[in-house]
Amino acid sequence: MLRLPEIHFEKRLKPPRWLGPAMPPIAVLAALIIGGLILWASGRDPIDIYQRMVRVSFTNPGALSATLVAATPLVLTGLAAAITFRMKVWNIGADGQLMIGAVFASAAGIALDEQGLAVSMTVMIIAGMVGGGLWAAIPALLRVYLNTSEVLTTLMLNYIAPLILFYLIFSTTSYWRDLTTEGARVFPRGKTILEGAFWPEYGGGVVVPFGFILGIVLAVLLTVVVRSTRFGFQMRVSADSPTAGRYAGIRTARLLVLVMVLSGAVAGIAGASQIGDFSHRLEPKILQFAVFGYTGIAVAALVRYHPLGVVVSAILVGALSNAGLALQGPELPLGLIGVNQGLILLLVAASEVSARYKVVVGRRPRTGHGAQQAGGDLDGGPAEEPASGGVS
Amino acid sequence: MNDSLVVELLVSGLLYGTPLVLAGLGELLAERGGVMNLGVEAMMLMGAVTAFWFSQSFEGPGWLALLLAILIAALVGMAISTVYAFVVVTLRANQVVSGLALLILGGATGLSSYVASVGELAGPSGRHRLQAYNLFGLSDAPVVGPLIFSQNILVYVSWGLVALAAFYLYRTQTGLHLQAVGEDPRSADAMGINVARYRYAHTVIGGALAGVAGAYYTLAIAPTWVDNVTAGAGWIAIALVITAFWRPGLLLAGAYLFGIVTSLGFTLQARGVDLPPEIFSSLPYVLTILAVVIVSSGWGRERFNAPAALGQPYTREEA
Repeated sequence: MLRLPEIHFEKRLKPPRWLGPAMPPIAVLAALIIGGLILWASGRDPIDIYQRMVRVSFTNPGALSATLVAATPLVLTGLAAAITFRMKVWNIGADGQLMIGAVFASAAGIALDEQGLAVSMTVMIIAGMVGGGLWAAIPALLRVYLNTSEVLTTLMLNYIAPLILFYLIFSTTSYWRDLTTEGARVFPRGKTILEGAFWPEYGGGVVVPFGFILGIVLAVLLTVVVRSTRFGFQMRVSADSPTAGRYAGIRTARLLVLVMVLSGAVAGIAGASQIGDFSHRLEPKILQFAVFGYTGIAVAALVRYHPLGVVVSAILVGALSNAGLALQGPELPLGLIGVNQGLILLLVAASEVSARYKVVVGRRPRTGHGAQQAGGDLDGGPAEEPASGGVS
Repeated sequence: MNDSLVVELLVSGLLYGTPLVLAGLGELLAERGGVMNLGVEAMMLMGAVTAFWFSQSFEGPGWLALLLAILIAALVGMAISTVYAFVVVTLRANQVVSGLALLILGGATGLSSYVASVGELAGPSGRHRLQAYNLFGLSDAPVVGPLIFSQNILVYVSWGLVALAAFYLYRTQTGLHLQAVGEDPRSADAMGINVARYRYAHTVIGGALAGVAGAYYTLAIAPTWVDNVTAGAGWIAIALVITAFWRPGLLLAGAYLFGIVTSLGFTLQARGVDLPPEIFSSLPYVLTILAVVIVSSGWGRERFNAPAALGQPYTREEA
């Protein structure tokens, strides 16, 4: 008969202090090692590939700038994920919210006249926030009023959003589509936004996109909001226990909608930044292919949904994405980057257990109930009394 | 009569509904035990890519290539779901986050795409394809001919599995124990049922079915490889389980409804209906949202509830 290995858990009263900060580097390292094994198993030289990845993302001239370009959307989608996941609200829809944000922001960018950079940037950012926020409001309202789990609705909306973008550029002569030249009519593409509305870059040796700075500002703002405002307090209470929140007079339904819409708005800013900082027109294929939203969840989970941590982890994960794109080819299939990012997320999720429990393999735990359990036969021997409030 | 629109829609509904039946049935079994496996999409894609790779490179008779390809897809699904079960059952990690991790890891931009580029699968069309039978020579019979007597082996297998699952869940002791594990693991444990083992076993069976469902795309629907060939069908299968109130019979009906909606675009376009393709492509996702909303909001919730312990890790140590 099937026998599971004997793994026991002793509950920790308090996780050791080093564990929190140690976990992300361990998870990243382990993911890179497993990724290296996959490379090796498919006949490639992992050391050589990892060395080249470090070069194109960190040490080559211009490499750091490229990493920041890749990190820019991830800071923002990472923040979007951090806001909701922290509250155990599962907004998996940042991908779609980013795309609809990009639709709104590019419309604003096309419509703008010469109003000056500050005004046009503000308009584009707000447009992106409105787009992303509206797209997130759908699952939020469905959850609050009709009790529908946001996991599936946000996911389905991720599949619908790119179809809207494709429709706007490829299937109609919409406002977003460039119809000025013969070539653009044959090979459909988006209208370019006003040149005066292109977002600026900063820095000399290392070029910093404006969207990245916006991400840092937002991360600081969110940290302050969570720590020291009433809204943040309500978020923290509801995260720990929604029931306690309700007893304390927090209107949890309203809070949930606010948090979801805020998260969608931040993802929408990522969409606006894609238009303003980089592509300057709606690019359905690039946005659909990039999966910034899903990657943002890995970014946020790596630092346990801490807004300031998101900035650091976005640079790290961005470096990985950038290297994947730069070295893409038969030698390094693009899929490897997804493998590494997925592994990081899986390992982080799995390592949560070590904060709450001490994992003991194959040895009898000391606690009373546990000892009884370890002695029990795994093949469903005599029924044991389930522990009730024994060790807690 | 067999060219009528209704028959044509039903036939393509069956073609596109079958992977949903297989993957949905696997998810149903896992969820009946309390484990919500959100890695279905990743397991389907991995099943699809490995089955296609094997069927392309295997030298031997076609039937053997297809049979082994299906088995390999099942094994791959089992391997991935074992990892998932370890993470969520033994380590008690969050099931949503772990499921997403699997999606990124194995999904359209992850391992399935990596394997496809290593195997250079994109481009050439497949050497083998599951053929439809002509059972009792009745494939030309009106209506029932194309629907019932002219399907490929996996369709018949899926029907058998649905019947088997219904019997298993409601008429066998193990099946009833499984329901107990999903409803009230503490009492099940007190009865001497090994909660962890039930959860492992059914998550892994679910993984095997998801792998085979993936193989159906590259062996039956269209024997070629494109990244993200399942296009969210794994998530639709998860939604189907909810809208079928965790019942195998309803799941079968729902899967074919979704199959019809998925193929509506192809069928109507072939008949000269000229609408933007995006409208048809979005229909299954819109329908999924509508179905989940209807089930979770109103009368459905009061009558048929989800397994009470769905998504919750079980530990003896904590009361």
